[in-house]
Amino acid sequence: MTALIVEKAGPQASVQDGGRSGVRHLGLTQGGALDWLAQHWANWMLGNDLNAAVVEITLGGLHLECQGEGWLALAGADLGATLDGQPLEVWRPFKVALGQRLRFASPRLGARAYLALPGGVQAPLLAGSCATVQREGVGGLDGQGSALRVGDRLAWIDEPAAVRAVPAARIPDLLSPARLELILGAQAGGFTGQSLFDAFNRPWTVDARSDRMGLRLTGEPLRYSGPGLISEGIPLGAVQVPPDGQPIILLNDRQTIGGYPRLGALSPLAVARLAQCLPGETVQLWPQVAYAAQQRHRQAAVKAG
Amino acid sequence: MNLRVELAAIDCLTLRLFDAIDEANVPWLLAAAERLRATFGTALVDLVPSYTTLMLHYDLAQLDDTQARALCQQALSGLTPALAERGREVSLPVWYHPSVGPDLEPLARQRGLAVDELIALHSGRAYSVFALGFAPGFGFMGLVDPRLASPRLATPRKAVAAGSVGIAERQTAIYPAVSPGGWNLVGRSPTRLFDPALEGFSLLRPGDRVRFVPIERDQFLRLGGDATPMEAQP
Repeated sequence: MTALIVEKAGPQASVQDGGRSGVRHLGLTQGGALDWLAQHWANWMLGNDLNAAVVEITLGGLHLECQGEGWLALAGADLGATLDGQPLEVWRPFKVALGQRLRFASPRLGARAYLALPGGVQAPLLAGSCATVQREGVGGLDGQGSALRVGDRLAWIDEPAAVRAVPAARIPDLLSPARLELILGAQAGGFTGQSLFDAFNRPWTVDARSDRMGLRLTGEPLRYSGPGLISEGIPLGAVQVPPDGQPIILLNDRQTIGGYPRLGALSPLAVARLAQCLPGETVQLWPQVAYAAQQRHRQAAVKAG
Repeated sequence: MNLRVELAAIDCLTLRLFDAIDEANVPWLLAAAERLRATFGTALVDLVPSYTTLMLHYDLAQLDDTQARALCQQALSGLTPALAERGREVSLPVWYHPSVGPDLEPLARQRGLAVDELIALHSGRAYSVFALGFAPGFGFMGLVDPRLASPRLATPRKAVAAGSVGIAERQTAIYPAVSPGGWNLVGRSPTRLFDPALEGFSLLRPGDRVRFVPIERDQFLRLGGDATPMEAQP
């Protein structure tokens, strides 16, 4: 059996797939790859199921040793990956041989890289998913929510069903400043007119206090003057505004219900783009209607097969 | 019930059925969830019930906004509350004691109650599980007797022991695992609330009716409880 052995784990590398569904009423969160589009492309390059488990590498620092040979694929951020010191191109499959060292350095473009293995990373399933959620202690290689650790084995058994690079025209643009489409929600009317203007006309800075639960933006505080709210289910990408007026974009590992006012929700495409933003980066919120966002979503989706 | 369907995200709708927290909402929300699951079938990604709402996440590859809204209307037209089946009845043993419930005595003093009276009030009624959230298996239950209602701690504790039974305003809950928490802790249950090995993972489901049964220390230990004391100060 061929495998990658973790020699150095880096700040945050974890096993992620398409996440859990059908269990959020039990308080179990969604989980899954934050940049789902890059995850899908990584799997597509090897002909995997698009939601197959991959390694999500945040900010780099992961060192792997190859035990055996085979094809792997890399998508998402450019974290200065090298194979035996030779730079690897993102959005392409690559071949590894026994004893070679695959290393991720630090962000050159984007924040999260996705490494696919033939047939997907094998890990125990909970509710049909091995997505690692550290806060809940579920998923990952050990089924206990652990991120990758030194000595972990990422094994694969299959020959890849395909070996192909992502067409240049389909490679997501991580170079242009992030413009994040936001669909206004039912509580938008509770924000002051000035705040509605500021939300879409002032820059927002990605804060370092961000993780897989939520990403904080700092900027001109948004004021909510509407009625108090009763906790309710919160969608991926929800733009939650706590009393300090600094929005938190709720991501895959968010709590399942919450009671802060919400300006609306980012589209899944915008969530994928935001997942590639580094602390200190400036982003723009872009009001969009649901219909247009759904069209864009369908156009961007990776087709299986 | 007055249904309003709100856009929550490009693939999520919030179905708002009520405006205030009320135990009478629960059978309606249960019935609605059941109908929505049947109507949406494989197009349903997830359904998250809460006190007054259901958040429905549907599969954009199968439905668009218009179709999803039409299915909601279809599923919920002529809805009647789930009368016969008001959720399951669940009994949870609780050791009410200051060593594992550091807020038991302060809370009783503050409310002018004897500790035994507080315990009798807390264990004297069945609670509805309104929603699960905060952590896997964490059920928001209510409503507690108004004499027990008390605000969350000004500073949440960094680590609340698994099984801790808490009160916040008119709600009560058990922490399924160690986590930060700001609820007033009055005791501890030895029962496991969330376990990947458990059928359905979570002991509690929205709509269940829960009763707390006071037990003594030796029974708590026999049932597998961890009696490690909690620090009184957060």
